[in-house]
Amino acid sequence: MGEDELRSAVLNVKKRMLTMANACGGRTHLGGSLSMAELLTVLYKSVIRYDPSNPQWPERDRFILSKGHCVLAFYAVLAECGFISDQLLSTFQQDGTVLGAHPTMALELGIESSNGSLGQGIGMAVGMAKAARLKGQKHRIYVLLGNGECNEGAVWEAAMLASQWGLDNLTAIIDDNDMQSDGGSGQIVHMRLKDIWESFGWDALEINGHDVAEILGAYNTAPRSGHPRVIIGHTVKGHGISFMENNGEWHHNRLTDKLYEQACRELEAGA
Amino acid sequence: MMEITARNIRQWNRLGPRAVYGLALYELIGRDERVYALSADLGTSSGLGRLMADAPERYLNVGIAEQDLIGVSAGLAKEGLIPFASSFAPFITMRCADQVRMNMGYMHLNIKAVGLSSGVSVGGLGNSHFGADDVALMRAIPGMVVLSPADCVEVVKAVEAAAAYEGPVYIRLTGEAGFPNIHNGDIDLKIGKAISLREGEDVTIIAAGSMAHMAAEVSDRLRERGAGCAVLDMHTIKPLDTEAVRRAAKRSGLIVTMEEHSVIGGLGSAVAQVIAGEGVRPRAISLGMPDAYLKNGSYSYLLEQCGLTVDAATERIWDALQE
Repeated sequence: MGEDELRSAVLNVKKRMLTMANACGGRTHLGGSLSMAELLTVLYKSVIRYDPSNPQWPERDRFILSKGHCVLAFYAVLAECGFISDQLLSTFQQDGTVLGAHPTMALELGIESSNGSLGQGIGMAVGMAKAARLKGQKHRIYVLLGNGECNEGAVWEAAMLASQWGLDNLTAIIDDNDMQSDGGSGQIVHMRLKDIWESFGWDALEINGHDVAEILGAYNTAPRSGHPRVIIGHTVKGHGISFMENNGEWHHNRLTDKLYEQACRELEAGA
Repeated sequence: MMEITARNIRQWNRLGPRAVYGLALYELIGRDERVYALSADLGTSSGLGRLMADAPERYLNVGIAEQDLIGVSAGLAKEGLIPFASSFAPFITMRCADQVRMNMGYMHLNIKAVGLSSGVSVGGLGNSHFGADDVALMRAIPGMVVLSPADCVEVVKAVEAAAAYEGPVYIRLTGEAGFPNIHNGDIDLKIGKAISLREGEDVTIIAAGSMAHMAAEVSDRLRERGAGCAVLDMHTIKPLDTEAVRRAAKRSGLIVTMEEHSVIGGLGSAVAQVIAGEGVRPRAISLGMPDAYLKNGSYSYLLEQCGLTVDAATERIWDALQE
């Protein structure tokens, strides 16, 4: 897929997110979902291998959303890729839905794991990458984390082991919007993520997490043999919507019809 | 399958539950290529020395990182492998409780967690290493199977049953090398089906793990005094054999549970919950570890402090029968 097509896909994903967030009537994690939209859309549209008509395909690449609260972006991408119907999407955060506020494992919908408790997705991803090695399988494993999530000690238990085991079939993606629930990460726990990941034996790339060409370039860089890889995307929380950008109130908040319309207009204008 | 012979049972009894777990797993990996042994740097303590030496490719040491132990096990299980992950009981339950909840509970992945030396069987290592609350935690998780084998034959059978069962299992090891055996030959250990060790009308002791052999001795002592005492070996704490508990509640005026676990949240609580829903209300006594931290001491000293000895249990039950 070309870069223009990718940008168009990102726009569709973001529109879907706003529509779902508005239709559900409740609070959603729009800020962190908007910051990772490009990173996830490019991954699904141009990098990983899957077959929505055969979600159990053993050779599919595996994706784990470790920052599970930003499931809005995940559902929108899965809809864009043919896993989730518009009808099902309309049940987001409704009573009895399978599409809750955090992902629940449902391989038939392309959802590999249940997440929401931060810091856990990467441990499972390390196990899946090791299993692929043990079974002689060629598929790759991707796991997306938030920068705030990297405060969790369990992330580093998994990171040191991935490096020890030389899991070069594993890629971690960090949506680094430099914010977390209570505010700016610099004022809470400042982490020099690239240095830390490198010190744990990972190959680390830093990119602009909203630049489709840069993201594609990073994903297409061949991993160094024997080393897991982390791609740190510098992003903006609430990216593309003026009243949400870098605004902690939009970590978890509710849209009104008026704000929804404004957000849609801004997305179109920015595209 | 492990051969259940008198000679083997004698040998296992000398080796103790952890070593027998290691032997059972060694045999299992030889006939099922999906099975892997994992630990958080406690392979030797898990009785896996021979497995680590003979089949190092089937042993994964994740380092001293129990959260990651369960996380990595989840990834292996997700891909169709069968991980057996072991550590001391508090470290494979409480220490990584949230990973257990998400991966073994919510995702119902086919992970077998093995708690070594639970209860007070680590003796002098102290309260930091006791398994006082592992059953309480594990049985509160939907879909979890909790096994508490009573002797080395049951350890072997529990490992085999756990491997054959598709879903999360917690195997809780108690007792130590030289503990008396319950079984002298092969048994049919079915998950969720209690084994009757003694018959009797006046009282029923429902016991798990290391307490089963003591319960049988208590029964024999009470019989000498003229009281009939049935004993149920409740090797599966979840799913509980509720039918066996109901039958006991209807038959006996007194139900006693014996477990090497806190009196809060373990077998005693599980049994009380069943009895509370029945029309007949026998008196119920929970024998177990107190809701308190214990003083330092040997295994036998600690059991004595908890009142978990044949003498103490016999007198407690005899007194209750006289009231």
